[in-house]
Amino acid sequence: MIHQYKMNGYNIVVDVYSGSVHAVDELAYDIIALFENHSADEIVAEMAKAHPETPESEVREVIGAVQGLKDAGKLFAPDIYADHAFDFKNRSTVVKALCLHVAHTCNLNCEYCFAAQGKFHGQAALMSFETGKRALDFLIENSGTRRNLEVDFFGGEPLMNWDVCKRLIQYARSIEKEKGKNFRFTLTTNGMNIDDDVIEFANKECHNVVLSLDGRKEIHDAKRVTASGKGSYDTIVPKFQKLVQARGGKGYYMRGTFTRENLDFTNDIFHMADLGFTELSMEPVVCAETEPYALRKEDLPVLFDQYELLAKDMLRREKEGHPITFYHYMLDLTGGPCVYKRISGCGSGTEYMAVTPTGELYPCHQFVGDPAYKMGDIWNGVTNTALRDEFKLCNAYARPDCKDCWARLYCSGGCAANAYHATGSIKGIYEYGCELFRKRMECAIMMQVAHQCDPALAAYANHAKGATGCDGCSACAD
Amino acid sequence: MNHIQTLETRDLAASLNNGGCGECQTSCQSACKTSCGVANQQCENKN
Repeated sequence: MIHQYKMNGYNIVVDVYSGSVHAVDELAYDIIALFENHSADEIVAEMAKAHPETPESEVREVIGAVQGLKDAGKLFAPDIYADHAFDFKNRSTVVKALCLHVAHTCNLNCEYCFAAQGKFHGQAALMSFETGKRALDFLIENSGTRRNLEVDFFGGEPLMNWDVCKRLIQYARSIEKEKGKNFRFTLTTNGMNIDDDVIEFANKECHNVVLSLDGRKEIHDAKRVTASGKGSYDTIVPKFQKLVQARGGKGYYMRGTFTRENLDFTNDIFHMADLGFTELSMEPVVCAETEPYALRKEDLPVLFDQYELLAKDMLRREKEGHPITFYHYMLDLTGGPCVYKRISGCGSGTEYMAVTPTGELYPCHQFVGDPAYKMGDIWNGVTNTALRDEFKLCNAYARPDCKDCWARLYCSGGCAANAYHATGSIKGIYEYGCELFRKRMECAIMMQVAHQCDPALAAYANHAKGATGCDGCSACAD
Repeated sequence: MNHIQTLETRDLAASLNNGGCGECQTSCQSACKTSCGVANQQCENKN
């Protein structure tokens, strides 16, 4: 399976099963489109019409090159993974990541909160240190030989239970060497309670921090308000700036949510860049379709344009020497995930689970509070093993709707929670999410092509083959 | 004249043999929590 598209002056061909990416000229683009279902002679005849100025010998040369790529397994590569995907039921899964809901309460009252303003439709609660400690022990006990263990502090608002977070981090550090583990902590926060203590401790101990900021003040304050309805932007932005400046290059993301009310979300991304934040993430709102701010089908063309605009602007910033990172456009074509990861997906319900303040286990934060999806608890472990098996089998190959999608090995089947909420089954797909994902993936791949093909971006090109800058191929439009 | 430029990419088919160590980050841990893929993750195995 291949996917061909044109973007930003590049003609791009993605070969799904080999993971190969090719930048091609107009002639090769047209030939590739016909290659699978036409003979060489038929293609020559078509090209005589489409590219009358091109000699037949050259057309046949390109046909030969395409055949060469096919023979080398880089174009029209077959799907050899289907059988491996179904081995997943029998593989042993270990637990390697936990999302600790250290607080089912929040000091903000964000209108679109997926967690019903932090309480997940239940009672307000804070996780005790003992429960958190047991969660970490559970993680270690069930992690097999995995060395890297991830714990993120989530909620509600985790800083409402910051002392417990700190003590849990200290506990993990005190035992990780002896247990042969390496803990990586992430803190997600709305920023309201960031102070110097949080800055110092989080910057020392947290591999990553995720800072919730929607962008421009008027956009952010329309949704992210206190209980009395006051916007949080003025409070949190200076705190975020101070924390990020003190981070000394350690990873972080500003994480925004966009809704129908800011379809021009690139303006919010650019605003965050203007505030001095370079590591950016922006997600479409997850909510009921009936909400006035929910994204609609008719918004898709606008959003597609926004994603392209963002990619082009990021390339401009790179050329000018002040790049920004956009989470979804990060793509290392040479060092990215292996095919096992590409197929197996986010790991929810198997190697990654969420833990509530009272120690219950759920497949991920999006399922918390749904009794049908309770998996067990941290004392007895996963008791609903049938449910775990369901998630184990949930991957890019388990979803019938993914069969003909070119993005399946970049997306690995998408978010199980989104699928469940959209279709009633984790094996469904959230089509809207798929549309956005495919567009984002096209943009991310285009950026990699630009890095390779644009001489002004030579600093970003992959130098492994010693190729720098332009090699005179005509793959670019000008 | 070079009509096709092939970018260097990880050999996915080969990773059937050398992949699957499981040390890479769980996608949701980073910045998403809603609509993740896996393509933007890094491989931890430097071999």
